[in-house]
Amino acid sequence: MVFYLVSIFIVAFIALYALMAVWAERKVSAYMQNRLGPMETGKFGLFQTFADIIKLIQKEDIVPTAADKALFFIAPVLVFLSVFMGFAALPVTYGYISSDISLGVFYLLAVVSIEVVGILMAGWSSNNKYALLGSVRSVAQIISYEIPAVIAVLSVVMLCGSLNLQDITMQQGIYAADPIYFLGIWKVNAVGGFPAWHIFQAPHLLIAFFIYFTASLAECNRAPFDIPEAESEIVAGFHIEYSGFKFAALFLAEYAMMFLVSMIAVVLFLGGWNTPLPNIGSLALADWTSGVAWGVFWIIGKSMVMVLIQMWVRWTFPRFRMDQLMSFCWKVLIPVSFGCMLISAIWKLAVI
Amino acid sequence: MGNADHIKRNNWLQRLTGLWRGMLLTLSYTIRRGKRKNAGPKSDQYFEQVQGTVTLQYPHEKLPVPENGRYQLHVEIDDCIVCDLCAKICPVDCIDIISIKSVEDMGKTSDGTTKRLHAAKFDIDMGKCMFCGLCTIVCPTECIIMTDEYDRSFSDPKELIYPFSFMTEAEAEEKRAALAKSEAEKKAAKEAALKAAQEAKKKAEDQ
Repeated sequence: MVFYLVSIFIVAFIALYALMAVWAERKVSAYMQNRLGPMETGKFGLFQTFADIIKLIQKEDIVPTAADKALFFIAPVLVFLSVFMGFAALPVTYGYISSDISLGVFYLLAVVSIEVVGILMAGWSSNNKYALLGSVRSVAQIISYEIPAVIAVLSVVMLCGSLNLQDITMQQGIYAADPIYFLGIWKVNAVGGFPAWHIFQAPHLLIAFFIYFTASLAECNRAPFDIPEAESEIVAGFHIEYSGFKFAALFLAEYAMMFLVSMIAVVLFLGGWNTPLPNIGSLALADWTSGVAWGVFWIIGKSMVMVLIQMWVRWTFPRFRMDQLMSFCWKVLIPVSFGCMLISAIWKLAVI
Repeated sequence: MGNADHIKRNNWLQRLTGLWRGMLLTLSYTIRRGKRKNAGPKSDQYFEQVQGTVTLQYPHEKLPVPENGRYQLHVEIDDCIVCDLCAKICPVDCIDIISIKSVEDMGKTSDGTTKRLHAAKFDIDMGKCMFCGLCTIVCPTECIIMTDEYDRSFSDPKELIYPFSFMTEAEAEEKRAALAKSEAEKKAAKEAALKAAQEAKKKAEDQ
């Protein structure tokens, strides 16, 4: 029963979140450019995206004559599904995870990769040169950037000794069973809060976190890695021929993907549903702000902050060129992430 | 501004701080936001809007315009002597006037000019108007003026033709009939006078 309730809650939450995130993105970009963004629909334009989605659903579902009809239909479903399947293995709060599988991290990385197939399908079946170019770029980019992301994740997993995301989260707060150390020197089991997070447990995990964050931007096809959707070059990339509900599904999946990678980053590096507030002497902030409801609040709150940072990055940096993108991935991120993994191995043997 | 020359190719620290400076810049723009000041062209700060929001939420807020702004035309029809000068000088022929001579006393305009013509029709087509202001210059009674109103939108282009004389067709017909009657009377009186004069002349000749 709880399983179904939580599943429905997650789907409803993600749909609502995606609408609000689109609105937030428009607002963030507007504020950065001295504009106001949507203002007319509701207070501060809050209902703008609701009006947009109603319009999208009403629209005629156009399928290009030359398109591969079956693939054209399957592609958005596949993209949408692959993103939503990822949420199954993520811990929602203390003691609750929808699918408590011992290979959680592996499952997540695998399921998120399916999105690439959907994007390639969308680009190929549209029978449009821009769509094909966009999807080819997207595939090249996502597959390349998955390597540093996975290696960065591995350096966490090596320290934890577990692939279960709930176990990984448990080791980053006051509920940890094993001794945990801030920077490998100060035992913080009783303190909890942000010093117990993985990025502070070992200094190289901070670098691993930045590598994962950068690679996750590329996996979401977001600026500065948005050449698959580069508006000024190839119009909209792989989803150029999509309209109506299918486009809405692709759009929703894109924003859900942002949330998913943010949530993965939060679970692996930023303490998951653990509180960021530490116990300071008799001021037991961590004890007061831990629990089932607090857990939901913290994990969603932290993920939202990460999504906001993604938007911030998007509206700050210009787009990479294809060769810059690839050389940055293969010549910088991958060697550094391998270095992180090596340090993790040494850290595991020498420090803890 | 030559920044690229200063950054050495392999100076990753400089690159990272550069990225961070960019992030801080956009953040500062996000935070440092004031409402747009409705300054208007008279203000000293009119050209200094680099900081804060630039968006003007137009129908809700407007920049102030001078009171003597030269935008849409307005006709004070009580002061109009229907001389047709404005319609004649208009380069785009956007003013359409039909005049009827008056028979009774029409009074005077506010500057003391005697009015002798009814305006049966005084239409200005704002869709054609090019806002040159020539009509306001030639007007002898200064009844046609440009106002500070610049925004009126319509869904039907016919609504852009602003009527300033609200004389109905029946009234115009009445005025025309009155004019025709008075002219006929005048003509009859003139003929009668002429006849009387001729008769008087004839009588005198006979005598």
